[in-house]
Amino acid sequence: MNSLLAAGALAAPYIVLIILLVLLVAAVAAYIYLYVRSKREAENSAMAAADAEEGENKDDLHGESLGDKVKALSPGATVAKRFFRSKLSVIGLVTIIVLFVFAFVGPLFSPWGESDPDMSSTDPKVSGNMYSYTIVSENGTSEEYQSYYVSYDWQDNMAMLEGVSGNHWMGTDNLGRDVLTRLMYGGRISLTIGFVVVLLETLLGVVLGGIAGYFGGWVDNVLMRIVDLLSCIPTIPLLIILGTALDALGLTASIWKLYIEMATLCLIGWVGTARLVRGQILSLREQEFMLAAKCSGLSTRSKIFKHLLPNVIPQLIVSMTMGLGSIILMEATLGFLGIGAPLETATWGTLINAASKQKFRQFYPNMWIGSGICITLAILAFNFVGDGLRDAFDPKMKR
Amino acid sequence: MVKYIIKRLLLSVFIILGVTMIIYFILRMMPTDFVEGKFATLAGGGTGMSEEVLQKMKVQYGLDDESFWGIIKGYFRWLGSALQGDLGESWVQLQPVSKVISQYMGISFGVAFVSMILELLIAIPLGVKCAVNQYGKLDYVATVVCMTLMAFPTFFLGNLFIKWFSEDLGWFPISGISSNLPSNASGFLVFGDMMWHLILPMIVLVMLNVGSYMRYQRTNTLEVLNADYIRTARAKGLSENKVIYKHVFRNTMIPLVTVMASTLPMLFGGAMITETVFGIPGIGKITYDSLIQGDIPLAMGYNMFIAILTILGILLSDIMYAVVDPRVKLGK
Repeated sequence: MNSLLAAGALAAPYIVLIILLVLLVAAVAAYIYLYVRSKREAENSAMAAADAEEGENKDDLHGESLGDKVKALSPGATVAKRFFRSKLSVIGLVTIIVLFVFAFVGPLFSPWGESDPDMSSTDPKVSGNMYSYTIVSENGTSEEYQSYYVSYDWQDNMAMLEGVSGNHWMGTDNLGRDVLTRLMYGGRISLTIGFVVVLLETLLGVVLGGIAGYFGGWVDNVLMRIVDLLSCIPTIPLLIILGTALDALGLTASIWKLYIEMATLCLIGWVGTARLVRGQILSLREQEFMLAAKCSGLSTRSKIFKHLLPNVIPQLIVSMTMGLGSIILMEATLGFLGIGAPLETATWGTLINAASKQKFRQFYPNMWIGSGICITLAILAFNFVGDGLRDAFDPKMKR
Repeated sequence: MVKYIIKRLLLSVFIILGVTMIIYFILRMMPTDFVEGKFATLAGGGTGMSEEVLQKMKVQYGLDDESFWGIIKGYFRWLGSALQGDLGESWVQLQPVSKVISQYMGISFGVAFVSMILELLIAIPLGVKCAVNQYGKLDYVATVVCMTLMAFPTFFLGNLFIKWFSEDLGWFPISGISSNLPSNASGFLVFGDMMWHLILPMIVLVMLNVGSYMRYQRTNTLEVLNADYIRTARAKGLSENKVIYKHVFRNTMIPLVTVMASTLPMLFGGAMITETVFGIPGIGKITYDSLIQGDIPLAMGYNMFIAILTILGILLSDIMYAVVDPRVKLGK
């Protein structure tokens, strides 16, 4: 398990970095494509307008001519065009990319490591009372010893704490670690764990919801009762109990605690997706195109995968995007309550955990405000993008 | 409709069985030694307890048998006494679980109820206004502000407020629910003191939740505005005010009422994180404190309580849907 862990920990950032780069390239490509497209369109519409002036019937409700409307964009391009037209969704997308770059590229430029303490500024300090003992040995000589009570309680160890400085842009924490660097490393876990959880949830939800919706009957009944059951489980109390149990099993200092909790979240989180997919499929099943598919003798598999599922994908993408934000929030909540990742591991959740100690909350806001802002920004960005996608996918939206 | 409700209630019995079973199995993942140690220190006041009492406790909670069948037997023993109305005694609070829940529920309900009223008072008019002026300046600003507030994690906003307003400025107490008042303080003073302690948590709750209500109300209003009967109302020459407040507004209440009904667990179950951050001794904080110490009886009781509230909330919202909208017929 340890070697697996090490391999996973080494590979994961690179895989995600590659995915990120692909996403970035795709976004840039989409943007350029749309830019060129809109330019060409502008030319076309100018030409069409010129045509229209020659006596064609003119339909320029939105400054576009009829001919332009007939020449339809492909569905994907329409969605992308609508998406990029909304300012909020572009802001959201840019924020997400910036956060990813911050988390995955940022540490390369930092002179500090995730958990190296900066020893330079602090002399070893001895706190507490001094006791002196005089030991008289048998032959009459006496020696005096002095002993100090040294407290290594991490809550009391304030000597390492440093405010904002040129060396540490966001100061250091109570163990002398650079907060900004930890914030970057924390983003790696906090941002990626959402993707994994949401993908798994969606996979489970699509398969089970699809089965329930398509086959109906007792299969549907059984699956929906399971969905009812799981949606009645209170998530946070369950995760608190699980966290305590994992602590008791000796996983306190292992990142596996967080992974197991997130896996549990997947196991109860798919019900939302399943409900959505089932509802969609139930209504799609009755539509004419499914009758046509049936008449042309398509196999069940192609009916499901080629005709039903593509119609659910817009809603799925929206719910996945929204889900990403809520998983980040869940990780942060677990970290704040101290039952998620171990405190040595930097995640945004474990960083904001400092706010639960009064001393740090009041006097060292540099330790936790940064991660709070990052969490809020990430959730906000995913919500913006999700909202933008929903509007972009909605054919009723005419904007 | 009665038949429908009875059918749903019968189904919910199975749901509650399932939920409690899952919770129980996760609780029993804890090694018995751990639970035993916790229990011994808690119940014995730190001095430990006699072997005899410990053995008795283990038998009582079925902790003596860690095999699979032992756990199942333990679950059914819990279920048996739960059916007789005995949820056991909380290990951390040292009181019967039902008493713990009923004792600490009041304050949670008070906070949640007052903040919900405030949320609705802000969200409903704002939502209608935004929908009527769709894509206007107000709509844009309100949407962005609401989404930003919705993105704040409870503990972040709560701690920021505590830092700024309680610790730096000293306007509000840092945590808890009452100061050291003289014992002969009048009821009015005690109430005022409590309000003073609860203002910050309530503001935080309102800020975090107002956005979702507002956006919901906005979407509803937009939907109603597109309905045929609104066009009719306008066509017959009603003033815009009358259209909005008599025709649109009333019809937006239909979905809102059903949503309100499903907030039942939020109202009675306590806001766990908010209460923990602000140190309010409500049911949420009390259970959090107990859960992290492996308090099996309270964990079982509380989760069952929440599950029942959730089920009732969903059922109530379905019933409300049929009550407020005569077109909806329950039962299939």
